Amino acid sequence: MSTTPETALPAEETAGHGDINVGVTGASGSGEATASATRITPGNALRPEDIALAVSRGSAKPSEDAAEFALRLGDDALILAQRLGHWISRAPELEEDVALGNIALDELGHARSFLSYAGGLDGRSEDDLAYFRSEHEFRSAALFEQPNGDFAVTIARQFVVSYYQFELYRRLMSSTDSTLAGIAAKAVKEVDYHRDHSAQWVLRLALGTDESRQRMIHAFKVVWPFVDELFHDDELTGRLSEAGAAPQPSSLREDFDRLTGEVLAEAELEVPNVQPTPGGGRRGLHSEHLGYILAEMQVLAREHPGASW
Amino acid sequence: MASQTLQSVPAEPSPARHEPSPEDAARRDAEGQAYFDKVMAEDSRIEPRDWMPPAYRKTLLRQISQHAHSEIIGMQPEANWISRAPSLKRKAILMAKVQDEAGHGLYLYSAAETLGQPRDQMMQDLMDGKAKYSSIFNYPARTWADMGAIGWMVDGAAIANQVPLCRASFGPYGRAMVRVCKEESFHQRQGFEILLELSNGTPEQKQMAQEAVNRWYAPALMMFGPPDDDSPNSKQSMAWNIKRFSNDELRNRFVGMMMEQVKVLGLTLPDKDIRFNEETKKWEHGPLDWAEFHEVLAGRGPCNAQRLERRREAHQNGAWVREAAAAYAEKQAKKQAEKVSAA
Repeated sequence: MSTTPETALPAEETAGHGDINVGVTGASGSGEATASATRITPGNALRPEDIALAVSRGSAKPSEDAAEFALRLGDDALILAQRLGHWISRAPELEEDVALGNIALDELGHARSFLSYAGGLDGRSEDDLAYFRSEHEFRSAALFEQPNGDFAVTIARQFVVSYYQFELYRRLMSSTDSTLAGIAAKAVKEVDYHRDHSAQWVLRLALGTDESRQRMIHAFKVVWPFVDELFHDDELTGRLSEAGAAPQPSSLREDFDRLTGEVLAEAELEVPNVQPTPGGGRRGLHSEHLGYILAEMQVLAREHPGASW
Repeated sequence: MASQTLQSVPAEPSPARHEPSPEDAARRDAEGQAYFDKVMAEDSRIEPRDWMPPAYRKTLLRQISQHAHSEIIGMQPEANWISRAPSLKRKAILMAKVQDEAGHGLYLYSAAETLGQPRDQMMQDLMDGKAKYSSIFNYPARTWADMGAIGWMVDGAAIANQVPLCRASFGPYGRAMVRVCKEESFHQRQGFEILLELSNGTPEQKQMAQEAVNRWYAPALMMFGPPDDDSPNSKQSMAWNIKRFSNDELRNRFVGMMMEQVKVLGLTLPDKDIRFNEETKKWEHGPLDWAEFHEVLAGRGPCNAQRLERRREAHQNGAWVREAAAAYAEKQAKKQAEKVSAA
């Protein structure tokens, strides 16, 4: 993959909020401490609405493969946002209400961008995709739909997700698909903060009290069976990788293991010795949880089909 | 001005080698009071380190902590709709709004802490049912349209109340209010926008909007507090430049604002007695059910028990996390100290 994304958008799209490519090349692998998480240049944020606009004007159009891939990433982020949103007003401290709310909002923003782009294939909107697809049409991996559990389980899930998403988005920034690259460039900065947040909590919970340590160890046991699925390659990722549009998931594993391993070592924890689940979310085969998540998320929109909100 | 020679007296006397004599203490109080009176007369600001009358401190502590509690409990009715928001954009806006409320709670607790009470104690008083919060949050958010009505009417009433508080004589409170009001005005606009969209939507959506406005109208008007002739603390708060307008003045002004805006919404307010009195140049509204207000205030509203239980549950479930964070911080500090002494 090239290190500089192609500029596929016409000139009028590269000004103001329409500029999907600005600032993509600068972000380094470790994330930049000084980079704003929400702006790609001063006064210029890449919003889901910009992508929807580019899609509707025909200046950003996903290939069938890119659309399917965007659906996977969008569904991962959407389902996680739905889970995290539950913490708002229930967190252990007010500061955590704010922090988990912020992470949920970031994930929701990524979901909206990826889904807006995915919908560009056949003219569906982000809301068509979020509210009017059935369970088997979702493409999220099982990890994202796992219940919040206690705070330790939520943190363990977030720790895995943010280290995985960081490695994925970091590579996706140099995708030959400039829209995927643009979304990833914004998302990677935000996910970098999520890594920091979850790693800080892993340390505190693992090295805090006896109770918190036991809970943290248990939480990783609960979450770890769903780690492998994130790194499964399949025909789609093979074709995308061939085209320079996306990395093979398996290629992220080494960095993921190394970086999570460093935090686990500092926390005096071991990688849990658990059997992986076979996965299947990318093919629409989900755990038993997803149906309930969708039932709640979709109920109102489906009571009023065609309504605008 | 002769009064310019008056100096602020520190709230805490400087550490002395012996206990100050009663005469010294009396002199400090007199000097402190003189400076305080000057600040009030000049409509200037008292800061946390300044001497202040004990009753002023107590009043502010009560008001600011109640305000903080209202933000925290006020997260619940809206958090109730985050998972079911009918579009992803609305979901994002609602999440951001509820998150803002947690932020408002944080600055307000911080402002209250400058008066000498730790946040933990305030939280405990809330959970023990000793502290009050705005009664409006003891009503349930039944439909999506309530997200609109809460934003437009409840946040609208809060803004009408809080804009004058930006000039409150206690510095940390006034400054916190400036930021809170900026965010509240976004909240009100998003509420208005939700209702506008519903009102221009399907007949079912419009009905949902009208019913929400009907339900929240009277509780929103009662947010300004009891009528002036039944509001014993108002006069003192106005003398202390905390409160700037009476409850009824603010309420009437708010009714006038809503009357204009409800026309744009294409909805109606459930009060046939609203009129502009040409003689007094003030808006008037129909009678409010103050008996209900007092019932809800006394803890017998539809959601009082639920709201407090939810707060207690979150607090209890989080206890082990807070303990872990404290234990970790202590261990780190110890390690650091050992490193320093070894070096």
